[in-house]
Amino acid sequence: MTQNIETHFESEIAVIGGGLVGSATAYGLARRGARVLVLDEGDIAYRASRGNFALVWVQSKGLGMPEYAAWTKASAEQWSTLAKSLRDETDIDVAHHQPGGFVLCLSEAEMEARINAMRRLHNQPKMVQYPYEILDHNETKRRLPAIGSDVVGSVFCPLDGHVNSLRLFRALHTAMARLKVDYRPNSPVESIRPDHDGFLINGPWGQARVQKLVLAAGLDNARLAPMVGLHAPVRPSKGQVIVTEKAAPFLHHPMVTVRQTDEGGVMIGDSQEDLDFDTVVTPPVISLMAQRAVRMFPLLAGLNVVRTWSALRVMSPDGFPIYDQSQSCPGAFVVTCHSGVTLAANHTLTLAHHILEGVLPASLEAFSSRRFHVSSAA
Amino acid sequence: MFRRLPDLGGETVNFTIDGRPATARLGDTVAAALLASGMESCRTTPVSGAPRAPYCMMGVCFECLVTINGIGNRQGCLIPVAEGMAVETQKGARAIASEYSAKGDAA
Amino acid sequence: MKTIKDVASLSECYDLLIIGAGPAGMVAAATGAEQGLSTLLIDENPAPGGQIYRGITTTPVAAKETLGADYWRGTDLVHALTASDAVYAPETTVWSVGPAAEGTSDPGRMEVGVSVGGAARLIQARQVIAATGALERPFPIPGWTLPGVMTAGGAQIALKTSGLVPDGRVVVAGSGPLLYLLTAQLRAAGATISVMLDTTPLENWGRAIRHASDFLRSPYLGKGLKLLLGAERGMRIVRGVTAISANGDSQVKSVRFRHGSKEEELPCDVLLLHQGVVPNINLANAVGCALDWDEDQLTWVPQTDDWYETSVKGFAIAGDGAGIGGAESAALRGRIAALGAGHRLGRLSANDRDQRAAPVRAELMRASRGRRFLDVLYRPAKAFRIPKADDTIVCRCEEVTAGKLRETVALGVTGPNQMKSFLRCGMGPCQGRLCGLTVTELIADARGVPPTEVGGYRLRPPIKPITLGELAALPKTPAAIKAVER
Ligand SMILES: Cc1cc2nc3c(=O)[nH]c(=O)nc-3n(C[C@H](O)[C@H](O)[C@H](O)COP(=O)(O)OP(=O)(O)OC[C@H]3O[C@@H](n4cnc5c(N)ncnc54)[C@H](O)[C@@H]3O)c2cc1C
Ligand code: FES
Repeated sequence: MTQNIETHFESEIAVIGGGLVGSATAYGLARRGARVLVLDEGDIAYRASRGNFALVWVQSKGLGMPEYAAWTKASAEQWSTLAKSLRDETDIDVAHHQPGGFVLCLSEAEMEARINAMRRLHNQPKMVQYPYEILDHNETKRRLPAIGSDVVGSVFCPLDGHVNSLRLFRALHTAMARLKVDYRPNSPVESIRPDHDGFLINGPWGQARVQKLVLAAGLDNARLAPMVGLHAPVRPSKGQVIVTEKAAPFLHHPMVTVRQTDEGGVMIGDSQEDLDFDTVVTPPVISLMAQRAVRMFPLLAGLNVVRTWSALRVMSPDGFPIYDQSQSCPGAFVVTCHSGVTLAANHTLTLAHHILEGVLPASLEAFSSRRFHVSSAA
Repeated sequence: MFRRLPDLGGETVNFTIDGRPATARLGDTVAAALLASGMESCRTTPVSGAPRAPYCMMGVCFECLVTINGIGNRQGCLIPVAEGMAVETQKGARAIASEYSAKGDAA
Repeated sequence: MKTIKDVASLSECYDLLIIGAGPAGMVAAATGAEQGLSTLLIDENPAPGGQIYRGITTTPVAAKETLGADYWRGTDLVHALTASDAVYAPETTVWSVGPAAEGTSDPGRMEVGVSVGGAARLIQARQVIAATGALERPFPIPGWTLPGVMTAGGAQIALKTSGLVPDGRVVVAGSGPLLYLLTAQLRAAGATISVMLDTTPLENWGRAIRHASDFLRSPYLGKGLKLLLGAERGMRIVRGVTAISANGDSQVKSVRFRHGSKEEELPCDVLLLHQGVVPNINLANAVGCALDWDEDQLTWVPQTDDWYETSVKGFAIAGDGAGIGGAESAALRGRIAALGAGHRLGRLSANDRDQRAAPVRAELMRASRGRRFLDVLYRPAKAFRIPKADDTIVCRCEEVTAGKLRETVALGVTGPNQMKSFLRCGMGPCQGRLCGLTVTELIADARGVPPTEVGGYRLRPPIKPITLGELAALPKTPAAIKAVER
């Protein structure tokens, strides 16, 4: 068995997965002086980090779990600290802006549903407080002159923002390299075996021995978690995205489904389909996304589409993140969420600290996957 | 940069480049007409502002982007020039907002 | 032949849909129609001909000898097409090909996204042949983005379609048989070419000689000799050029080059670059066809069977898009592909198909003879595929340099798709057509692994630009509404 093993790495802590969640966590660990090994797949992988919509989004998050609303708000609040830290470390500006974001509604029914959802969200017990505004067409038009007559109104929240998520991805990897994180691409993990002083990680590339372990492998967490006494029942949820050619800046706020990047391209998202591991772009879906975007901003009609893609979100059964530590294998953690851009600041600045301490605090209790056992038992 | 072969004959077409009158030969693409007019570059890039001119003439490089009749980023090498066409060179990223309002004003 | 110029006039479904009206596509269309298949031939250009026979029905260049007999041979192909029952849609782009949505009667059908004059539509086809041809290999040298620098093929198109010749001090540079042909045509048309910089690596001759016997019996020999001898007359040719850069601020002013141990700089108004052609595989890639790396031609080539059907059922590739073979071979392969499609559609028995194809295959054998010699001889030098100078632009659209790419490989980026996320290379409007091969080879070189291990850009529709407005007007499905209007 051992003669197949070609490489042998050793490190204090391994992060499995080099997407946005894994690299934000690894960067946080390395900033605190940990010796970190990151094991990642290759050029083609189900990588939500490449397909995401780049919002740092607060409004509408947390209906059903107020702790998630608070966690999200906290991340949005420390996002500028993350951006600065990355700039200092790498000279890369990830274009973080927090001008406030809109959800635009295209019918009275949509508007009503949105208002109701916001009320229910904010009426939850233990709900963190933050401002939001419900705006009619005219007020929305005053703030966003480019909207079309089909927009009946909007919900605005000043905490919402966005970044350049591709540059964020690069900045995190550059920062990891600066901090001597041992990043290993083309190193998929097949199995993990806990033993007396840590974990043995195996793959076709060889074997690694580490004392601690963070599972940040996105959809593959579902398979890896049970190997170290954890549970991460995540499923793919397909999101399709359209991006246009670059245009001179005209849209200075992000919408939940339309945003203009700092480079000028307009991104249009984001559908949601639960179709297993299928990543085909389907014309009817992108057509409807385009139609809604054009109704929101009629001037978009003439822009050329340069790319469409679909990516798989990493969804837990209730849609909320899973942060957990293994009871049977101390030192093993799982980190999984679908808003890896929004939560990047928390992952780097807060979560990494707790992982190094060795225990997740009570404040993260709500995110344990035990919540799924409870509901399935009930 | 380019000159026309002598004695080509054929019909001529009148159009404008940045508002100035120009002529082309019927059958020219916009990019060919621009090359024939002696124009050096047709746009500057949205990334660095560097000047660019048609490169491949066959629709693959997207260097020949110009504004045609008020619509930006059209591939000049694939579009035949037409009588009365207004061709404009571009500066940086496409000015979608002013294109749109100009269209609105015209309507 | 019937010509259609708007999406509304297209039928719901065609037996055979062909993309590209070069030699391969024109012959495939005529062959399809001849079998009684409802056949649609689509091309983004205003007239048939593809690259080689560009403008053949419209060119103002009247003197036959300027463009040469090989060019005028295209007239026969156009006549065959015009005489057929095929439907021809010029100025029409195909921006996607995918499996038809569920619920259609015939599950094997394909759905093809087309766009004409600012209106898009999805139509169906039972068989598709992509005859999308070739494009010139990227030629990333310092200054290749300057106005005044263009491809030699681009200058040829300007000549064929508009009777334009480059003016002033004209320099041509690169390698390959086409470079000599294009130069000869431009000179015949009256262009003064001050110098030709031949970048063919001198050591290639040694390798090519092994394949010379086939070449000596091929039609290429005579043509090649004529071109070579012609080129020597009245033009300076510098052989063994190992480095070239174009210089100037807003326009090329001079070209600097190295040959042997000598460096020279010459004033220059137009620099024409060419180092061979490679298959235009963007559509095949977006459709999901399996591609192989061809180490002789240094490019991706789609996997095809004997009838040029790809790994995607019902989707075939004919002509140079399936591997570079030249115009004559493209036409023959177009015929074979259409016979294959006819059989798959139940129109021809296997026997019939094979019998009709047999003489075409024999012709193809003859037409391909000597090709290997040319491939090996004109395999472009590494220095012109993988720029050494760090500040050389590789991705023209996003202005990503070779140095930046190498720096990013060092971060642990192993392939072009991750590279795209990190640097935006290949994300501009050309969708990687002008940087894909360079990025693959540069990463492979920096990592010290073969290109196959690195892979290429993975593409998605639309492979040609369509507007959001066009996209918005396409039909929706209940599933789409559920996915989007949550
Ligand atoms: C610029 C250039 C100049 C050349 N000049 C010569 C020459 O002078 N002599 C010579 O022997 N060989 C020449 N070649 C090589 C020659 O092009 C090929 O050998 C031959 O044309 C291949 O024929 P084909 O039918 O495979 O493709 P092509 O002739 O290239 O035809 C493909 C057609 O498909 C169209 N098309 C592609 N994608 C789409 C889409 N998505 N929607 C709609 N239409 C589409 C293209 O516009 C084109 O008209 C040249 C190549 C290039 C690139
Ligand atoms: S010149 Fe290359 S696309 Fe027009």
